[in-house]
Amino acid sequence: MTAGLIFLIPVALGLGLFGLAAFHWALRSGQFSDLDGAAMRILIDDAVEDDTPLEGDARKG
Amino acid sequence: MNAPLPGAASIGDGAAVLTRARLSIPGMHCAGCIAKVERLLSASDGVYGARVDFSEKSVAIDHDAALIDVPQLVRTLEQNGFAAHPILTLDAAADSADVAAARHHAMLLSALGVAAFASMNIMLLSVSIWSGLAGDGRTIFHWLSAAIAVPTVIWSGRPFFQSAWGALRHGRTNMDVPISIAVLLTTGMSLYETATRGPHAWFDGAVMLLFFLLGGRVLDSMMRERARAGASALMGASASGAMLVDAAGRAVWHAASAIRPGDVMLVAAGDRLAADGVLIDGDARIDQSMLTGEAASIAFTKGQMLLAGMLNLDAPIRVEARAVGDDRRIAELARAMRDAGQQKSRYVRIADRAARFYTPVVHALAALGFLGWMVAEAGAHQSLLVAVAVLLITCPCALGLAVPVAQVVASGALMRSGLLVKDGSALERLAECDMVLLDKTGTLTLGRPMPQSLDGLDGTARGVALALAQASSHPLSRGLARSLNDAGVVPADVSEIAETPGVGMSGQWQGQRVTLGRGAPLAHAGMAMSLAVGDGAAVTIAMEDVLRPDAAAALAALSALGLPQQIISGDGVGAVEKVAQMLHLPATAAADPDAKFALIKALRAEGRRVLMVGDGLNDGPALAAAHASIAPSSASDVGQQAADLVFMGDSLNALPRAVRAARMTQRVVRGNFLLAIIYNVIAVPLAMAGWVTPLVAAVAMSSSSLIVVANSLRLVRAAR
Repeated sequence: MTAGLIFLIPVALGLGLFGLAAFHWALRSGQFSDLDGAAMRILIDDAVEDDTPLEGDARKG
Repeated sequence: MNAPLPGAASIGDGAAVLTRARLSIPGMHCAGCIAKVERLLSASDGVYGARVDFSEKSVAIDHDAALIDVPQLVRTLEQNGFAAHPILTLDAAADSADVAAARHHAMLLSALGVAAFASMNIMLLSVSIWSGLAGDGRTIFHWLSAAIAVPTVIWSGRPFFQSAWGALRHGRTNMDVPISIAVLLTTGMSLYETATRGPHAWFDGAVMLLFFLLGGRVLDSMMRERARAGASALMGASASGAMLVDAAGRAVWHAASAIRPGDVMLVAAGDRLAADGVLIDGDARIDQSMLTGEAASIAFTKGQMLLAGMLNLDAPIRVEARAVGDDRRIAELARAMRDAGQQKSRYVRIADRAARFYTPVVHALAALGFLGWMVAEAGAHQSLLVAVAVLLITCPCALGLAVPVAQVVASGALMRSGLLVKDGSALERLAECDMVLLDKTGTLTLGRPMPQSLDGLDGTARGVALALAQASSHPLSRGLARSLNDAGVVPADVSEIAETPGVGMSGQWQGQRVTLGRGAPLAHAGMAMSLAVGDGAAVTIAMEDVLRPDAAAALAALSALGLPQQIISGDGVGAVEKVAQMLHLPATAAADPDAKFALIKALRAEGRRVLMVGDGLNDGPALAAAHASIAPSSASDVGQQAADLVFMGDSLNALPRAVRAARMTQRVVRGNFLLAIIYNVIAVPLAMAGWVTPLVAAVAMSSSSLIVVANSLRLVRAAR
């Protein structure tokens, strides 16, 4: 057992947990509910500036 | 759906109430469409936000109902080339089932995410142990693994525990019972090992098992989720509301749920009825194909009863509502459909059928291992470890993946070829079907009137006819325009085109008046259009509902697959006879929805497994009751929702293609089961011998899963 492990293991776990939290945030904010749309939206030019999203999640209507 | 949002926002000084409407826009197909729809709507007065859901082909609009109503929103879109209609669900039960399904899918995704995180981190710790870490270090690493694994098993194991408990409580068993027992026993045993500072802990095995199995579940659920989005996008065809005439004579749009018996609805030409009612003003020509499947439009006069879902073709009419909400005939049919569908939910999927044989064998082997080592006087602890190793290594990792992976790959292949599969069990049931029942209107035929021939029209007449027909949305005009377009006709330069409801189209062409209107039908139940150019004699164009292209070839291919066919139609005897003779099939005519349902029940009692192909609302109960069912994408929304598969395009060749793909999937699934059995034949003796360390278990489980996935990928070409 080296002292390094005492830091490295919590860091590794912390990074993993951070990723997990990010995944859950994305899941909750509905980012997995319209995958085809997300693939398309990247192609939209936002030259005309009027792409205001709805308040909250639009897909739970 | 159109209810005010909870905590409806007040904007500015006025009491603006934000309402959310959902419109289905089937025509969206690119990024440009998304941007255009959202910008168009956002730019309208009274709209506060619009967000497209592309998978569902729908848009959610937050708007102020006092400034802009739903028909205006629809018009805004239609003026810019997007056909749109409000989304309607048949009843509250279907709606909440949708919500529950979406929530279950999110739960599975979250469980998969947690299991992925945990299995990676535990693997990280396990690698050090496998590399020879011993003593205190190993104990600490085991405790760390336990700290990650126990919450993970509780969280990610829920879908399995719930399902297993549900089955056990009803005295049944399914795939989830051995999974749950293995996961719980392995975790418990590993905790004991950790506490007693033993050399082996199987936390990685338990969590990896959950990860692989959840992968299979998520794939299965994704397939259903995709189809669900597709189905609800298609729900738009019936009216979600109506213009109600109030005491002052003004017409105001109301949602279907707000209509009361006695209200007077103003139904414009081209609109569907939202409630059952009596015609009180005007003569109506009604397209009731959605209810009866009959192609010919029917004339109704004052005092006759009209049903929700009927399409008003010609002139605006007034209808006094009689039956609303759940009392409507359409809702009755929906209930019949749901009852019929219960039969399907009792279907036992192939994985669960396999589990019935698998579970007792595995548990017997584990018990045998335990007893064997006890007899050999190895002690209770060592014997229990062997039993746990047997349970873990035989645990149906490959079995849990065998079915969903094969079905997802096959349904992806089918989707690319224009067939939407609702869920995995649909493929299993389709592969088992041994006969086909076909509806006539809209299934064998295109369900839209087309000209019998264009021979009566010369070159100039064709151009004029196309110019007039393409400006109208009347079904007859659309059919004519379509076949003229297909014939390569160029529209003539007709100006001042106007449509008179109930009469037809008129315009000016080279200084002459040209008209296209209803003509006298030549034969019984036929339809016709009449074209007049200037003072010349009017030409009559006979219209009829034609057979789908390659119908005969597709039916021959079905026969070659060992599936005899029969026609069952709600249409009159004459029309059905004609099609039946053309295709050489036995037929039943004038069958109402109950008769179709009864025929399927009778065939089922004879032990036949019926594949129902139909499109109308009148086919709904039959589609739901049949062993498997397919609907064309031109079908009524109810038909599409009841069917297991939906095919795009006009060709009936989709039917044999779907059957072939389903059978091929079933062969690959059986092949996967065989691979899993071979794997177990090798792995079980090793486990019984006590040679399965956590490292061996991890390698064996991953490699067996990979082999099964690789075998399933052969189905990429299943839909050829």
